Amino acid sequence: MFHSRLRRTAIAVAAAGALAVTSACGSGFDDGATTEQSSGPAALQVLIGSSGEAETKAVNDAAAKWATATGNTATVTPAQDLSQQLGQAFAGDSPPDVFYVDASRFADYASVGALEPYGDKLANKGDFYDSLKQTFTYDGKFYCAPKDFSTLALQVNTDLWTKAGLTDADLPTTWEQLQATAEKIKAKGLTPLVVGDTRDRIGAFLVQAGGWLVSTDGKQATADSPENLQALTYFQGLQKKGLAVFPKQVDAGWGGEAFGKGKAVMTIEGNWIKGAMANDFPNVKYTVHELPAGPKGKGTLSFTNCWGISAKSKFKDQAIKFVEAMTSVDQQLAYAKAFGVMPSLKTAKDGYSQQFPADGPFVTGADYAHGPVNAPKMDSVLSDFDTQLQKLATGDPKAVLERVQKNVAAALGS
Amino acid sequence: MFGSRRRGGIRGNEAVAGWLFVAPVVVILGLFLLLPILMALWVSLSGWNGQGSPFRDDVPFVGADNYTRLFTQDGLARENFMTSIRNNAYYVLLVVPAQTVLALGLALVVNRRVLRGRSFFRTAFYFPSVTSSVAISVMFLFLFANTGAVNSLLSVFGLDGPQWFADPRGLLHLTLSGLGLVDPAHPPAALTDSGLLGLSWWEWLSGPSVAMSTIIILVVWTTSGTFMLMFLAALQDVPVQLEEASLIDGAGPWQRLRYVTLPLLKPTMFLVITLGLISTWQVFDQIYVMSQGNPAKTTLTPAYLSYRTAFKDFEYGSGAAISFVLFLLIVVLTLGQRWVMRDRDRVPRTRLLPTRTRRS
Repeated sequence: MFHSRLRRTAIAVAAAGALAVTSACGSGFDDGATTEQSSGPAALQVLIGSSGEAETKAVNDAAAKWATATGNTATVTPAQDLSQQLGQAFAGDSPPDVFYVDASRFADYASVGALEPYGDKLANKGDFYDSLKQTFTYDGKFYCAPKDFSTLALQVNTDLWTKAGLTDADLPTTWEQLQATAEKIKAKGLTPLVVGDTRDRIGAFLVQAGGWLVSTDGKQATADSPENLQALTYFQGLQKKGLAVFPKQVDAGWGGEAFGKGKAVMTIEGNWIKGAMANDFPNVKYTVHELPAGPKGKGTLSFTNCWGISAKSKFKDQAIKFVEAMTSVDQQLAYAKAFGVMPSLKTAKDGYSQQFPADGPFVTGADYAHGPVNAPKMDSVLSDFDTQLQKLATGDPKAVLERVQKNVAAALGS
Repeated sequence: MFGSRRRGGIRGNEAVAGWLFVAPVVVILGLFLLLPILMALWVSLSGWNGQGSPFRDDVPFVGADNYTRLFTQDGLARENFMTSIRNNAYYVLLVVPAQTVLALGLALVVNRRVLRGRSFFRTAFYFPSVTSSVAISVMFLFLFANTGAVNSLLSVFGLDGPQWFADPRGLLHLTLSGLGLVDPAHPPAALTDSGLLGLSWWEWLSGPSVAMSTIIILVVWTTSGTFMLMFLAALQDVPVQLEEASLIDGAGPWQRLRYVTLPLLKPTMFLVITLGLISTWQVFDQIYVMSQGNPAKTTLTPAYLSYRTAFKDFEYGSGAAISFVLFLLIVVLTLGQRWVMRDRDRVPRTRLLPTRTRRS
C-alpha cells in the first residue's frame, strides 16, 4: 500500500531523528568520575595565554624540544581569550591537558575541581619561591607549578626627567617624595605619573600602607581598614592635583604605551614593560626603580601563572614530566631571555641577576610583594572594585572601601 | 497503486506527506534551537559550575535562586544586572527612534526620481550595514580617540572634546548640572537616599554615559542603512496613482507624506521598530570590542553581562538566567509595541479609497 509504506517511512525517519537527538546528547551526559590514564607516548594539548609572539614561539620551541627528547607530542595553542576558552573546554569535557592558570583565577578553578593537585609530585617542588607556592595552594594542597612571576616597579623616562630639571637625587623613595617630585614635574608642564586604572596597579599603594582587601589566610574581608583608606586618599590626592592620570586619559591602552609615547614621565608597570619598550619604543631611554615606600614600608604586587594540569587529562604523568621540563632552571632562563619574565625558582635567581643586572628592582620586589586575592568567586567583586577605582578621582574613598568590604564579605561567606 | 489513494480519503496521505516534508526542518530546529534553549533553561535553574556536562546527577538544582538574585537579593549580582538594564534602556530609547527616523529620511531621499546618482547614494548609505561590525567598531575607536578625528574637528571650533571612552558621566547628569539644577558632586539627597532594585534614583536617572553615546552614534550610523532598504522597498510599492490622486486633491508635500505615504508604510514601520527593539536589546559585539562594559560599568549591557557572568565568573546559572530575563523583556516589549501600533485608523483609509474609485 502506498500510504502505509509512506507512513512506515515517516515513522522510520522520526525514529531515526529521535535516535540521533538522544545519541548526540548521550555522549555528553555521562559522568566522568575518574579518567582512565594512558601510559606510553602522550599527545599533550597545551593551551597558553600568550603575552605575544615571542612567548608563543619560545613555548613552542621548548615543547618541541621536550617532545623530540621524550618521544611524546605536545601541541601548543595560544588562546585568544584564555578564560573563555578554558571555560568552554571544561564545560565540554574536553579540556587541554596542560594550560596556564592565572593566579587571580586559580582559586576559581581549584574550587570547582578542574585542576589536578600535582604540586607535591614535582621533582623540583622545593625550589619554588614560597610565596608563589602559597599563591597556588588551595585547601592545603599545592596544586600547580608557578610558571614564572613579575612584580611592579617604577619606570622613569630619562629624557623627560632631565627636561623637567630633575636629577637622581629626586628619585622618590617615599610617598612624600613621590608627591614632591611629581609637583616639580607638573610645574614644568609635563604629566608626572601614569598608572593603570585597576587594583593590579593601585593595589600596590594598599600594600605600601599596610593594608589589603582580605586577611592573610584569605578568610576575612579587610577592605575597609584605615590603612586602605589612607592609601586611596593619598592616590586620590595625586589624581586631584593632576599628578597621576590613567592611561585612557592620555589616549593609551596601558601605562607602558603612555610611558613609551612620552605622555608621562613615570609609570608603574611590571617587568613585561621591558619587552614592550624594546619592541615598540626602542629609542626611549628609561630607568627602573623600586616603588616608593608607604607609611608601612615597601610594597609591590606580584603576578604569576602556573602550569595547570586538567583533572580530566589522560596523560597526567607525562604532563607532570612536561611541566618539570618547562620549569627547569635552564628553560626558565631561556624564557626570561625570550619574553622578559622572572624565573619562579630560587636557584635560578643568581643566573637571572647575572643576565639582567638592570632588573634589580623587579627581583628585589619579590621579597615584599603581595600576590593577588586568592579566593574563588572574586572576579566580579574585584572588577567592581576596578570600576570604583576608575571613578576614584570624583568619588569618596571611604564609600569605595565600604562597598568592596560588603562585596568581598558576601563572596567569602557564600 | 495510485487507485488506492482514493480509498484512504483524498486528504489521508497529505498529512503524512506533509509531516515528511517538514520533518527535516522540525528535526533541525528541534536539535539546534529548541533543545539548546531547554538545556539553557535547565542551566539557569541549576548551580552548574561549568565542569563537565550540566546534566549529571551531582549538579545541584537551585530552583529560582539565579533569578531571585537578580531581583530581590541586595548584592553585586542585582546591582550589575540593574545597571546593565539601565544602560541598555537608555541605549534603546535613543537608538531605535534615531535609526528609524534616519532610515526613513534616507529612504525618502534616495527614492526621489529627480535625484541624480541615486544608485550611488543607495549603495553608499547601505555600505555600513554590510561591513563587519568589529571593523566599524575599531574604526570608531580611532575616530573618537582623545586626539582622534572627532576631537580634532571639535578643536577647530574651539571646543574641548571629552575623553570619549574614558568618560562615565551620564548625559542626563551633565545636562542637569549644565542647567545648574544639580551639583553632580553632591546630588540631591532626595534622589540618592531612595531607589529601586538596588540602584538609587540618581543612578537610574544618569542617562547614557559619554562612552555609551559613541556606541549609540555608531549603531545608528551602521543600522540605518539596512532599515533604509526596507523603507525603500515599501516606498516603491506605494502606487503612483495614489500620489497623483492626492496631488489632484491639492495635497502639499508634507500632507502627502503624512496622509498617504506614512499610513502605507505602517507595516514596514512596525517591522523596522520591532527589529530595532530586538537587536538593540541584544547589543553585544560593539560592547565586546569597544568597551567591555567600561568605563565604570556604563556600557555594561545584559547580553555582555550574561557572557561575563558565565565565562569569567563560572556562574553559568546566573548567566543563563540573565539571558532568559532579557528574552522575556524583549517579548514583552514587542507585544507592547504591537499593541501600541495596532490598526486603529481604518476610517481614514476607507475614506481615501472611495475617493480614488470615484476619480478613476
